Amino acid sequence: MTAALQVESLNRSFGALHVTRDVNLTLERGARRALIGPNGAGKTTLINLITGVLKPSSGRVVLNGDDITATSQAVRARRGLARTFQINQLFRGLTVLENICMAIGERDGENNNLWRPAGAKRSVIDEALDHLEALRLVDDALKLVRELPYGRQRLVEIAIALAQRPRVLLLDEPAAGVPSSESHLILDVVAGLDPDIAVLIIEHDMDVVFRFAKEITVLVQGAVFTQGTPEEIMANAEVRAVYLGEDGHTAARKAGQRGGQHG
Amino acid sequence: MPHVANIAVSILFDGLAYAMFLFITSVGLSVTMGLMNFVNLAHGAFAMAGGYIVVTLTRTLGIDFVPSLIIASVLVGLISIPFERGLYRRLYKATDLEQVLLTIGLAFMAIATFTYFYGPIPKSVPLPNWLQGDVNLGFRAFPSYRAFLIVLGILLIAVLWYVFERTNIGAKIRAAVDNRRMAESVGINVDRLFTLTFAVGSGLAALGGGLAIQLFGLTPYFAVLYLVLFLIVVAVGGLGSLKGTLIAALVLGVFDTAGKYLFADAGGFFIYAVTVVVLLIKPAGFYGRE
Amino acid sequence: MAVSETMTAPTAPSKSRARAADFLIKRHRFRAAEALPWLIAIAAYFVFPDRMTFGSQVLVMIMFALSLDLLLGYAGIVTLGHAAFFGIGAYTVGLGAAKLGWTEPISGLFAAAIISALVGLVTGWFLLRYRGLTLLMLTLATAIMLQEAGNLRSDISGGYDGLPGLTFDPLLGKFDYDLYGHTYYLYALVVLAIVFFIVRRIVYSPFGAALTGIRENVRRMNAIGSPVHRRLVTVYTIAAGIAGIAGALFTQTNAYVTLTVFDFDNSAKVMVMLILGGTGRLYGAFLGAAVYMILEDHLSKMSPTFWQFGIGLLLVLAVLFARRGLMGLIEDAGKVFTRGRQS
Repeated sequence: MTAALQVESLNRSFGALHVTRDVNLTLERGARRALIGPNGAGKTTLINLITGVLKPSSGRVVLNGDDITATSQAVRARRGLARTFQINQLFRGLTVLENICMAIGERDGENNNLWRPAGAKRSVIDEALDHLEALRLVDDALKLVRELPYGRQRLVEIAIALAQRPRVLLLDEPAAGVPSSESHLILDVVAGLDPDIAVLIIEHDMDVVFRFAKEITVLVQGAVFTQGTPEEIMANAEVRAVYLGEDGHTAARKAGQRGGQHG
Repeated sequence: MPHVANIAVSILFDGLAYAMFLFITSVGLSVTMGLMNFVNLAHGAFAMAGGYIVVTLTRTLGIDFVPSLIIASVLVGLISIPFERGLYRRLYKATDLEQVLLTIGLAFMAIATFTYFYGPIPKSVPLPNWLQGDVNLGFRAFPSYRAFLIVLGILLIAVLWYVFERTNIGAKIRAAVDNRRMAESVGINVDRLFTLTFAVGSGLAALGGGLAIQLFGLTPYFAVLYLVLFLIVVAVGGLGSLKGTLIAALVLGVFDTAGKYLFADAGGFFIYAVTVVVLLIKPAGFYGRE
Repeated sequence: MAVSETMTAPTAPSKSRARAADFLIKRHRFRAAEALPWLIAIAAYFVFPDRMTFGSQVLVMIMFALSLDLLLGYAGIVTLGHAAFFGIGAYTVGLGAAKLGWTEPISGLFAAAIISALVGLVTGWFLLRYRGLTLLMLTLATAIMLQEAGNLRSDISGGYDGLPGLTFDPLLGKFDYDLYGHTYYLYALVVLAIVFFIVRRIVYSPFGAALTGIRENVRRMNAIGSPVHRRLVTVYTIAAGIAGIAGALFTQTNAYVTLTVFDFDNSAKVMVMLILGGTGRLYGAFLGAAVYMILEDHLSKMSPTFWQFGIGLLLVLAVLFARRGLMGLIEDAGKVFTRGRQS
């Protein structure tokens, strides 16, 4: 069966700085994979390479069997790849409802229409409101995004991505910056995602990772250090050293020198 | 000298002089725009102010041309400080449009003010004897004033290069242009740095304005007429780059002069055509950062 | 989509939902207040019959400002060369009348619109890959080059002296140009109404929403699959066409056109009008252009220097204290009045 997302031998350098090293990654349909690693490991860079914000120095990105390496960010999004950003990228001056409608409008081509009033296509509005209801945001529908508390804004960030009806969803630290009193909102949403979507989540919080992920990829200094189930990763002494050791940096550096894939 | 070579030499010489004027006036704009990402369309007004101060100093107060240039530069440099601190500073985080509109507004106010005090008729400056006429270099005679401009330009380039590349201050400026947040986190006081570069840049602009009087005459519309040129030099050279501004000034100065020499009517075209071509290929200019 | 049961039930979801849907559905409907500028424009015809030539110029400027608002206020494209399209439209009609004997005014408008739009399409396709200072310079350089080109062939363009004494056929075969500019005022008003109606539809369409999205957060637009460049080129083309119509009307109502239509001054002036009235609010163009033109008409005569200083000062103050222009101030005043009611 075709994998939802396949990353093959992806490399990226900035001059002499080799930030992404020969990364191979596969997301099957319905995958629940966490991407973890120390700071500076290149997790967000990898997401940027997959989504098309950055062009790779070499390697391929394949979405649902189609090679999208040469396509733009927008094309990839239209083919079913959605992402959230580590720092919210929302339309702060617009209402929550309009934010969601924007994503739907792009997805189904409504936004190409110059003539019909935006409110006339009832189905778009209804679908947007359905998304908002699922995330308990309906009461905020007419509020401007910038008026919402950060935790709620983070939910809108996820809602926009979901409104794209993606086949592959990349979440970059979805709970980052959210006060712990509100983070359960985010986590419940992530836990309740459509089982058909392939999800890759960057996370630092190990509790979240172990609760959510069926597979884990550990990225160290731009290379895949190891991959496996949560149990395997937990049992892996080297991973613990890289993450939790007193000298996490040294452990990471040594791990990076060994490079390649284990497990 | 054979005719073609003679024309070539004239073009190079005049082009070089013009380039020196462009460089002197624009370098301040390039550094401040690169440093603060601030679109300053009032820069031409500072140049114009320098010009008018030189006119007053020479004609009304009888001070010699060269000392007047120095005094005017220092004065304008000092006057620019309250502008930066009080006004520009509030808009560093504003949108491009807001910066454009604010500084155009300032330029309009400047034009009106100087029209009120000096009138719309073009002004000239009395030049000392040694700057009039020609200087004979053996194979050819060259207009003394332009030769002076070239020599002055080279001197300033050397000084600026030294300050930029060899002093602490220069290093700090380069660091802040490169990565402001990083510079701040290493303890560089970017705010003060900017006031300093802004003052020096405006002072240099005033110098350029004073020098321009003999080349183009001085009217209150100088502020916007030549602003386009300065912006073009800055855009083509790349924001925040001394080298870029110099090369852009040279390229544009020589091309414009060549165009006007060789294609009289169509001549004005060249500078804009070159600009468009360069920017389409290198949108951040020769040495700009993307 | 499953949601955790530990969350509290929302309060009356159907009411919030209905209200939200309502807001979007009714957004585009005409409000009573929108009739105001049109009523004023018609009233002017009866109250100031001797100022109709001036009135036409105001209408022309409103249209020009409207076209720029699509770019500046909605799409977030900052250009310093919009006068280029105004000039192209003006000269299409001018040259048509002077050199080709094309004196039918309405078809002249169409021709101006199409040619300006085409130039907008071609230049926009290249230039809109850039933003910021680069785009400012490229648009400015384009306008200047067009002006220089016109100056080069002043045998055709008439140079800065221009093409005077143009004559046009009676409108629709019947209504002729009269000394007081009455016919042409109404003509301009009708054209403005049609253009405005089109612009209004575009602004309230999903495409218009997408433009706002591009302005607000282009990164997010890329991430949700928006073909940003194509959208920008589309609106640029439309704005160019409308500016062209404004320019054409200018030539027709003045019976005269010179290369000054391409001046940077023209581009700057229309930006001032827009900021004065308020960007991104359709009627900002009306308010800003009208107020500017009327003030200029009165004050500039008294002292051009004070007028220029005043405009400069106004710009500075507007940016510092009234970024949303007069429309913004009116909206704020309106909020004060409706504070008692729920928004």
